[in-house]
Amino acid sequence: MSALAQVAGDPDLEPAPAAPEAKQRSWTAYLLMLPGVLWLGVFFLLPLVQLASVSLQSRYPGFPGYYYRDLNFSNYASALTDYAPHFARSFLYAGLATFLAFAVAYPLAYAMAFKAGRWRNLMMICVIAPFFTSFILRTFAWSQILADEGWVASVLNFLHVLPNGHIINTPIAVVAGLTYNFLPFMVLPIYASLERADPRVIEAGGDLYANGFTTFRTVTLPISMPGVLAGTLLTFIPAAGDFVNMELLGPQRGKMIGNVINDQFLAVPGGYPVAAALSFTLMAAILVLVFLYVRRFGTEELV
Amino acid sequence: MTTTTRPTPPATPPAPTNSPTAYRPSAGKRAQVWLANHFAMISAILVLLYLFLPVAYTFAFSFNDHGKTNIVWQGFTWEHWQDPCGVQGVCESLVTSLEVGVISTVVATVLGTLMALAMVRYRFRGKAASNVLIFVPMATPEIVMGAALLTIFVQGFANIGINLGFGTIVFSHIMFCVSFVVVTVRARIQSLDPRIEEAAQDLYASPMQTFWKVTFPLILPGIAGAAMLAFSLSFDDFIITNFVSGNESTFPKFVYVASRRGIPAEANVIGFSMFVIAVLLVVGAQGVSSLRASKYKS
Repeated sequence: MSALAQVAGDPDLEPAPAAPEAKQRSWTAYLLMLPGVLWLGVFFLLPLVQLASVSLQSRYPGFPGYYYRDLNFSNYASALTDYAPHFARSFLYAGLATFLAFAVAYPLAYAMAFKAGRWRNLMMICVIAPFFTSFILRTFAWSQILADEGWVASVLNFLHVLPNGHIINTPIAVVAGLTYNFLPFMVLPIYASLERADPRVIEAGGDLYANGFTTFRTVTLPISMPGVLAGTLLTFIPAAGDFVNMELLGPQRGKMIGNVINDQFLAVPGGYPVAAALSFTLMAAILVLVFLYVRRFGTEELV
Repeated sequence: MTTTTRPTPPATPPAPTNSPTAYRPSAGKRAQVWLANHFAMISAILVLLYLFLPVAYTFAFSFNDHGKTNIVWQGFTWEHWQDPCGVQGVCESLVTSLEVGVISTVVATVLGTLMALAMVRYRFRGKAASNVLIFVPMATPEIVMGAALLTIFVQGFANIGINLGFGTIVFSHIMFCVSFVVVTVRARIQSLDPRIEEAAQDLYASPMQTFWKVTFPLILPGIAGAAMLAFSLSFDDFIITNFVSGNESTFPKFVYVASRRGIPAEANVIGFSMFVIAVLLVVGAQGVSSLRASKYKS
């Protein structure tokens, strides 16, 4: 999965050595690309086109589940007005989870890159290993850990820090679940960019009488910025579209946009057009956010 | 913190007020220094424990002697480990997941490796567009991909006799695995020294011979890593599968549906076993590669 870091952070995507016979034999390249491009065309691009066309369809009155081709933009109007709170919640929870994941992941990535020594590979395995237990099983385990009679809620209630005595079925549990589930996507890119850094540069900060925090702020963090950027995107995007954490850990009311899309498609008869409009709006919103974010914090390597 | 009863002179910072050996740093001070030196490592270990906490719960509750719901601890039993298929549907869904995982992994790995080779070794028209086409699926929320696939399968593919089920799951899984294979294998090919291949060609190896005798063995570790990544992505996928599976049930889908009334401990047994098998495989692969490395060094 460190490959994800390669996508966003690798400065030399186009390396100098090209095959010498490249020009004459480019038909080989097309042959090599063809099956994969066809597959992505048929099962990624074509479905997106279909989704766009569904988002403008209208339903036959009285026949739930039947639609006709149309240019019905009211689907988008309804998506934006009726479900604005759901969008806001999704972005808020995903943003909080991304920030928390960053705060938790950074020390781990830092220790792996600079302090772990021969334990580095073992720690790497430990970061990836929990992935191999189904994420739904792990999320369900969180619902047991955070349950009212569980030890986390008991301790926090003993300290009187919980506003209404519960964690489970509150937004806190949802954010906690999102933070947990996408944490490795934050750790691995940050680790990849720190690992490439020269530890002597960071030591130099200390030698120049910078204190620990100043060294971190002015040297370490900028070095790891490509990884932080990739990690925040890889955490935020899936978290904003997730519905499983809300379903297993969250409250009955006040769902996220992922839950709405899922229910509209699979549980509400005749829900396709609005659900498709919601999906497209989500994708567009995420693209805009990512664009602004990369413009603001991006390094040359990324853009 | 050591002197709570009498006031400490403000001029001496955390100085050893009550230590007899005033010239050596006190135990508290030494602990502070030790903590500062090991802060990153200690927090890293705490984070790893946090990552493993739910896995430990999954393991523990695989021994729960539960009645209808496996939510609170009720007593110890080996029963679920003796018969992991004891609950209806759990092993059928596991087999489906394994089949889907293997087929998707093989196809995605072949398609992705071919693309990675073309992307690194050749210049061709449309390369930048192909790059975008490979990147965008990884940056698209799963729910959008799932929704898009559902609409094309229901409104398009159903007309030519392809209904939601095993086939549509495999088609979709291959799609989202391919991009990850490309970037993993591409990174490996980029790290190769092209002069090795040039040397083979200088020695009159044909392009085919060069590929199979030189390039392929060198990129094989990357391909193996990509295949493992693809399998774990496919095996654990729920959101897209939930959209395109129709009545077919995969293991994550089984667990999700069961979670409404409490996941049977048999699912915990299977989930934890998959974890153990995967970790053993990874550790084994690491062991083999480090063995090889030490052999080349000596």
